[in-house]
Amino acid sequence: MQKILILGATSPIARALALKFAYDGARLYLAARDASEAQRVAEDVCVRAGVAALSGTFDAVDFASHDKFVRHAANELGGLDGVVVCFGTLGDEEAAQTDPDAAIATINQNFTGAVSLITLAARHLEQQRSGFIIVLGSVAGDRGRARNYVYGSAKGALAIFAQGLRGRLAKSNVHVMTVKLGTVDTRMTWGREGAMLTIPPARAADLTYAAFRKRREVVYVPWFWRFIMAVIRLIPERQFKRVKF
Amino acid sequence: MTAALTDPTTLSSSHRRIDAPKPRHATLTGWGRYPLSESDIYRPEKIAELQAVITSNATSLIARGAGRAYGDAALNDQNRVVDLTRLDRMLSFDPGAAILRCEAGVTIAEIIDVFMPRGFFPPVTPGTRFVTLGGSIAADVHGKNHHRDSSLASHVTSFDLMLASGEIRRCSRNENPELFWATVGGMGLTGVILELEIALRRIESAYLDGELIRAPNVDAAIEAFERTDAQYGYSVAWIDCASSGSALGRSVLNVGNFATLDQLPEKLAQDPLNIMPRLSPIVPFNLPGFTLNSLTVRAFNAALYMFHRDSAAHMIFDWDRFFYPLDSIRNWNRIYGKRGFVQYQCVWPPEESRAGLIEILEAIAGSRRASFLAVLKKFGAQDGLLSFPMPGYTLALDFPVTDGLFDFLDSLDAMVLKRGGRVYLAKDARLRPETFRAMYPNLAKWQQAKAVADPNDRFSSSLSRRLGMDPA
Repeated sequence: MQKILILGATSPIARALALKFAYDGARLYLAARDASEAQRVAEDVCVRAGVAALSGTFDAVDFASHDKFVRHAANELGGLDGVVVCFGTLGDEEAAQTDPDAAIATINQNFTGAVSLITLAARHLEQQRSGFIIVLGSVAGDRGRARNYVYGSAKGALAIFAQGLRGRLAKSNVHVMTVKLGTVDTRMTWGREGAMLTIPPARAADLTYAAFRKRREVVYVPWFWRFIMAVIRLIPERQFKRVKF
Repeated sequence: MTAALTDPTTLSSSHRRIDAPKPRHATLTGWGRYPLSESDIYRPEKIAELQAVITSNATSLIARGAGRAYGDAALNDQNRVVDLTRLDRMLSFDPGAAILRCEAGVTIAEIIDVFMPRGFFPPVTPGTRFVTLGGSIAADVHGKNHHRDSSLASHVTSFDLMLASGEIRRCSRNENPELFWATVGGMGLTGVILELEIALRRIESAYLDGELIRAPNVDAAIEAFERTDAQYGYSVAWIDCASSGSALGRSVLNVGNFATLDQLPEKLAQDPLNIMPRLSPIVPFNLPGFTLNSLTVRAFNAALYMFHRDSAAHMIFDWDRFFYPLDSIRNWNRIYGKRGFVQYQCVWPPEESRAGLIEILEAIAGSRRASFLAVLKKFGAQDGLLSFPMPGYTLALDFPVTDGLFDFLDSLDAMVLKRGGRVYLAKDARLRPETFRAMYPNLAKWQQAKAVADPNDRFSSSLSRRLGMDPA
């Protein structure tokens, strides 16, 4: 039985992903900022999939608590075979453009916190020479845009971090998968103008899970974002800085 | 945010306080695609977000589930709507008592997916499985087993209601009973249903054992309902509204019970709870308005009647075709073209049912407005203060929105009211306030409970304003 820690488990994508793992018989520890919401998600997984799921709380930006938290989760699970990093927030994009505290908060919630937690989990997986880490990133990390570059830079950095980690852990038989999500129909995109090609969270989870089962390394969800982002990356900077999206 | 949350059923301190999520400004309709309404729509993913939506802003708010009410029940034009579909977590299941505790955004379809393979079925289901449980309680929905099992809410043992203050009240027949009976059938106007406990029905198979019975006219149809009443838990009749004269009200009755293992042929009995996912055809765009005119409807209804033969003996039906013939066409509401359609569902007391039915069928035949789908059903008793069902017969019709339709429906209202009947709010988009007040005699009692639960009238909808439901 696989023992899996899901970080940011109350997001709709994480919830759907947790169900996929649970249907395959995994033992889950569902962690989120809000203990009560994490418990509801765990109960849902338990009723639907018929397997017990644990839940608990963590704080992505309370770095000092991370070591104890990861040990605690692994202890409760009776081991650790995989970590799924789903937490993240768009933050206040406008404030982040002019207020350094807001910008740093966005970076910490999306990048620094993930670095801290992934590093701790990686240590464990490297020692046992097996396991996996799934990192949910964003196509926003592929190129800085005027509207959300603070969030984008954190997701871009996270992808580079995961890329390097993948190289380092390859010899330890640890699978590191980076997921670059396009627009998914969640709180993050709800009410935003110009959100195109949006897919339901359950679909994003299905595609992510299928890619994981195939041991993919970097996957765009859905696949066509690979081509969209390839085109977007090709636009010369001189033109790109005038593009409004 | 309310400062003193002392009630033990209020949000536990482990929930983080959150700002209200951003709304989406959009045009909404009910399932009938009439009327259109513009609102700020919120879709919370956490309980604390819902609480923030309710308490952060004093503008009128109404909860919306899957959007399957036909008219304006889940619309709030120029005001706020909160979409509950993301609060859809199942919280516990006790297989011994068959009791499921879940959030109000869970749909009947999800219950079937998760529990039918384990031998359980929703205790009551409307004609579509794509409704949420919260919406089902608010509209006090009925199903084909109403004559025996009453409405869905009759199987709900308790629910938690978030009030305008953000506080949560547990409601059941013993705890806050006034609020319970004002919320069952209360069209979402007392608060937002968060979670509930519902008793599921045990089944041995995913099939029904039943009969198809052709009835050549109204009297034969009523006779068939009365005759099969005791034998079958589920019954419904499709009725041909285009027929007249001696064939007025000719119908095909479909009756059944969930099949036990020994009633199934051997092949099906080997895998009795296989729920068999099917492909759903989709109506890809609004069909032009002339697709369903009185001629095509007449031909369709005549063909339906001709094609059905009396089943000589018992037949086995699939659960999905028995309960949800229309769910197999996902966007069937588009067949009426872009002006949309209205459903008209009414009920008469038992002693007035036959005469009422004949009167309305004759009016329809005389108007040359044929209803594409018309359904006849016998009801049992009902308890909610604003619940639609009452003992007697109910007729459901749908009409594309055309010039003069509402005057015609007003004339039907007068016929129904005169016989002590009423029309169904979950399907309504055009009833007049004075007619509504006359049809729902418990309105004043309901308004008292509403005033206690929602003293500042935070919860209102396009429907409640149109009908003048809110306490003055």
